[in-house]
Amino acid sequence: MSASLAKSDGSGGPALGIAGLRKSFGDTTAVDGLDLEVFRGECFGLLGPNGAGKTTTIEICEGLTAPDEGSVKLLGMDWGKDGNRLRQRIGIQLQETQFPEKLTVEETLRMFRSFFDQGLTVEQSVATAQLEEKRKSRVGGLSGGQKQRLAMACALVGDPELVFLDEPTTGLDPQARRNLWDLVDKLKGAGRTIILTTHYMDEAERLCDRVAVMDHGKIIALGTPKELIASIGGEQIVEFATGEGDAVDEAALLRIPGVESHSIHAGVHQLFVSELHTAVPPIFAALQAQGAHLTQFRTHSATLEDVFVSLTGRNLRDE
Amino acid sequence: MSRLAESSLYQLTSARFRLFFREPEAVFWIFVFPILLAVGLSIAFRNQPAAVLKVGATTAELARALNADKGLSAATLGESEGRKALATGNILLLAEPGSGGVVFDYDDTNPDARSAKLLADRAVEKAAGQRDTVAIATRQVHEAGARYIDFVIPGLLGMNLMSSAIWGLGFAIVEARQKKLLKRLVASPMPRWQYLASFLLSRLLLLAIEVGVFLGFARLVFGVPFRGSIWQLGLMCVLVSLSFSALGLLIASRAKTMEAASGLMNLAMLPMWILSGVFFSASRFPNALQPLIRALPLTAAIDALRGNMLQGFSLQQLWAPVAVLLSWLLVSFALALRIFRWR
Repeated sequence: MSASLAKSDGSGGPALGIAGLRKSFGDTTAVDGLDLEVFRGECFGLLGPNGAGKTTTIEICEGLTAPDEGSVKLLGMDWGKDGNRLRQRIGIQLQETQFPEKLTVEETLRMFRSFFDQGLTVEQSVATAQLEEKRKSRVGGLSGGQKQRLAMACALVGDPELVFLDEPTTGLDPQARRNLWDLVDKLKGAGRTIILTTHYMDEAERLCDRVAVMDHGKIIALGTPKELIASIGGEQIVEFATGEGDAVDEAALLRIPGVESHSIHAGVHQLFVSELHTAVPPIFAALQAQGAHLTQFRTHSATLEDVFVSLTGRNLRDE
Repeated sequence: MSRLAESSLYQLTSARFRLFFREPEAVFWIFVFPILLAVGLSIAFRNQPAAVLKVGATTAELARALNADKGLSAATLGESEGRKALATGNILLLAEPGSGGVVFDYDDTNPDARSAKLLADRAVEKAAGQRDTVAIATRQVHEAGARYIDFVIPGLLGMNLMSSAIWGLGFAIVEARQKKLLKRLVASPMPRWQYLASFLLSRLLLLAIEVGVFLGFARLVFGVPFRGSIWQLGLMCVLVSLSFSALGLLIASRAKTMEAASGLMNLAMLPMWILSGVFFSASRFPNALQPLIRALPLTAAIDALRGNMLQGFSLQQLWAPVAVLLSWLLVSFALALRIFRWR
């Protein structure tokens, strides 16, 4: 990343402070009493399924939507009083923006650059988004990943202190996602505050210093990915399914040392386990003693996905 | 790079320009189509020199008498054959010997047939020995300004100014809204007025090319007259274009999809294509409709353009259509700004 992106911010206070935020559309409540602080220089993830209120929250922060109640402070400023100054200092990437297909990458960046008092040169922006080879290409001819990197470059062209990324990798293939993650890593390295939304938990674990899990317009968990995973009481998960009609005695499984909890989702039993190597042999033995025939058996390390499931009883992509 | 080229208004306007010229269809409809239409109409409605009229006669003697007139070409036909030719329009008139003279069969509602009848009268009487009692000389006159092409060129110009402003603004804005680009732009520090101003600026620049090419063609190829002041004509084109741009902005101010916008645009333009006197005079419509028709912006535009080009009227003399255009401009623009939706 170019040196000009590195910036130290002398002023204190959080990058973003939200208090008592509420927003309804008709009779659906999108944001239902939200309090949140994002520190300067951290990469903060807003997680949750579609319809959890992430995009509404982020659009209120971006000054695009007015809240019904509550206050939002960015970099110590208010949208009401300092709207124009704020727009100069934040970078925004929205979900689903389609740039004009018949402009080139360079023309698009030059146009966005012209809106800012200061910022990167067009050359620097092109390099940031790794679009050097596509500089003279029309936007319509770019791949999904390249378009998303262009959107990111447009967000960064004003050299912002605070960057909002709304579902930056939705719909991208794995390679394109990884490219975008590298870009976010570089931004973090340059000390920018980043607020991103995603419904990919692996993305949040990989990129975010702290995450807030949202559901039905509320924050239901907040912390570092490690803390959240530890909070569900077991870092390993054992999943198994048995043949139809086989009864499974949950109480017997829970008596095994190291097994913390049991649940069933869609016919699959889930055990949260602290020590995998000591817990698995007795689990096998117990199931055999109960006469259950295993049709599936697997283990994995707990992820934020499991955190969401254990908090809500639903899978992230259920709805 | 210069400060001007880095300014957002310049960048927005040049983006509009690029997007227009990279859309070959738009370039065709705005620059080429009106010229093709003018050429087509001028061919269809050219003022023909009176052609030789075809008539028939049942006897060779009558046919000879008719053929003596330069304006007639007579064939000798049997009676039933002749009636058939008359019924199918192959001849305009059939001459037969009748009781004590000649009988002409013709359709008196057809102007050509009536001319043929007058010529045939004269030819038959001449053949019978009558001579002209008064010597008559004629002079041919084809006055520029009185032809159909002179009438239709200002009409087409008005129609073109309307379509290019309404389509140009309406579609671009609704497309940007549909693709969430408008939302992205208002989230940036771009001054909002500059976005709308970039449309008006690019429209005015395109207007100079559009009007110049079309009127230049009309002047060079058809010799269409420009009797009024040229700079007032230019001013009127600007006013017309701005009025329709404001109307386009109003139509595009809330529509969320291209389909909705396209429907609204057609709804606004279709009545004017018919009522506003592009191809024929609007005064042909009933008197009861006239106040409504006069209030339409395209009627006012075309009246003003025709008044300037064909009658040489000044802006002061054309105050009525100019006032109508100004009202459309102010009301549409004010309303559009009030209800415009950025997302």
